[in-house]
Amino acid sequence: MAGVRVLVGTKKGAFLLTSDEGRREWTVDGPHFGGWELYHLKGSPADPDRIWASQSGGWFGQLIQRSDDGGRSWNPVGKDFTYEGVPGTHQSSDGTPKPWKFTRVWHLEPSLTDRDTVYAGVEDAALFRSTDGGDSWAELPGLRGHGTGPQWQPGAGGMCLHTILLHPTDEQRMFAAISAAGAFRSDDGGASWLAVNQGLHSEGIPDPKAEVGHCVHNLAMHPDRPDTLFMQKHWDVMRSDDAGDSWHEVSGDLPTDFGFPIEVHAHEPETVYVVPITSDYLHVPPDGKLRVYRSRTGGGEWEPLTKGLPQEHCYVNVLRDAMAVDRLDECGIYFGTTGGQVYCSPDGGNSWQAVVRDLPAVLSVEVSTLP
Amino acid sequence: MTRVVLPYHLRALAKVDREVQVDGATTGQVLDALEAAHPVLVGTMRDPTTGRRRPFVRFFACQEDLSHGSYDDPLPVAVLRGEEPFLVVGAMAGG
Repeated sequence: MAGVRVLVGTKKGAFLLTSDEGRREWTVDGPHFGGWELYHLKGSPADPDRIWASQSGGWFGQLIQRSDDGGRSWNPVGKDFTYEGVPGTHQSSDGTPKPWKFTRVWHLEPSLTDRDTVYAGVEDAALFRSTDGGDSWAELPGLRGHGTGPQWQPGAGGMCLHTILLHPTDEQRMFAAISAAGAFRSDDGGASWLAVNQGLHSEGIPDPKAEVGHCVHNLAMHPDRPDTLFMQKHWDVMRSDDAGDSWHEVSGDLPTDFGFPIEVHAHEPETVYVVPITSDYLHVPPDGKLRVYRSRTGGGEWEPLTKGLPQEHCYVNVLRDAMAVDRLDECGIYFGTTGGQVYCSPDGGNSWQAVVRDLPAVLSVEVSTLP
Repeated sequence: MTRVVLPYHLRALAKVDREVQVDGATTGQVLDALEAAHPVLVGTMRDPTTGRRRPFVRFFACQEDLSHGSYDDPLPVAVLRGEEPFLVVGAMAGG
């Protein structure tokens, strides 16, 4: 029977939530790596039982864990994320030059076709790739070496490469997003990169329309329309229909266009989900009401989804990697909160249930759809 | 053999009991031996490239903080005799 395995990274460990296709009854397994920060876990599309996990902490540093049996057991793999060549400098928060320094892995993006290949987005922002099951990592230095690199600066969470999108059919094309630099595209397998931020407007930088410096929070793509991208920026929800060459705003009638995650329905390329947050200085839902907003028109027109979500006294946040969709016939939507709740909607967002309510603060949510 | 006590998280990573024994008469030799026996610990106590101790890791023995000494300094005699352990400590932090 088909089912789902939801991979939850938290401030104090990882949890695996499993269910059948009904997605009403759940098994909760964890914590794995209790006491560690699990910034991200993701299953390989080529082999859902292979799961990658970024395990880190301020005391003992970064590890990468790999499971080959669906999370029943784990083994540490390579963790040497040495920058290629002389790292150079980017901007620190106060605008002065600061040498690039590895801090942690924010995001792991497994290859769509090869179980041994996985990409890692790290802080300070750079992209690494392993082609040997995680034993070794090599930087794709063309991204950090982009001519604008010295202008990149950290967002509040650090200067992180947090989003990696792989083209579903063209292995040469991929996208990455960095806070606070912007979105980038490679058309040659990651060797060279183009800043794709035309149309973005950010008030917090000297030139609001600059080539780089935009605090992109998250990108999403539907595999059937890989030239269409959706972006949740620091402020503004944006859309591109030319693979990032140009962007236009689709915030429309959202109550606020600040937020972190953005996702696309598994079977409806024009159905998009965001979680509006009050503002850049108040990372809580507007009016204490936790509402996912859905657009069935590719942005512009949005409807609040509230059934099963707290509609009073709710002051949690949903971080950029903490929302995911499954690929079952009736698409399921999942998100986790900084208050430790993980919600599931088995019906495309019409109704929600809390799978768990009292986990540590949730950093990431991904889902593997199981045969 | 030098007795080494690891903190909880490193014991879990290395899949060992609270106390392990390695060859080593200096801090550096003990760390080298620990990392050789348990490669998963590489990078968890010191930077693998520079060798610099991680900020929230400390090395104690015989009620002394050895963290700021040289890796080449000899360990206290009581440690070398096996009477006292060498402690790898995750510093108290976080409020």
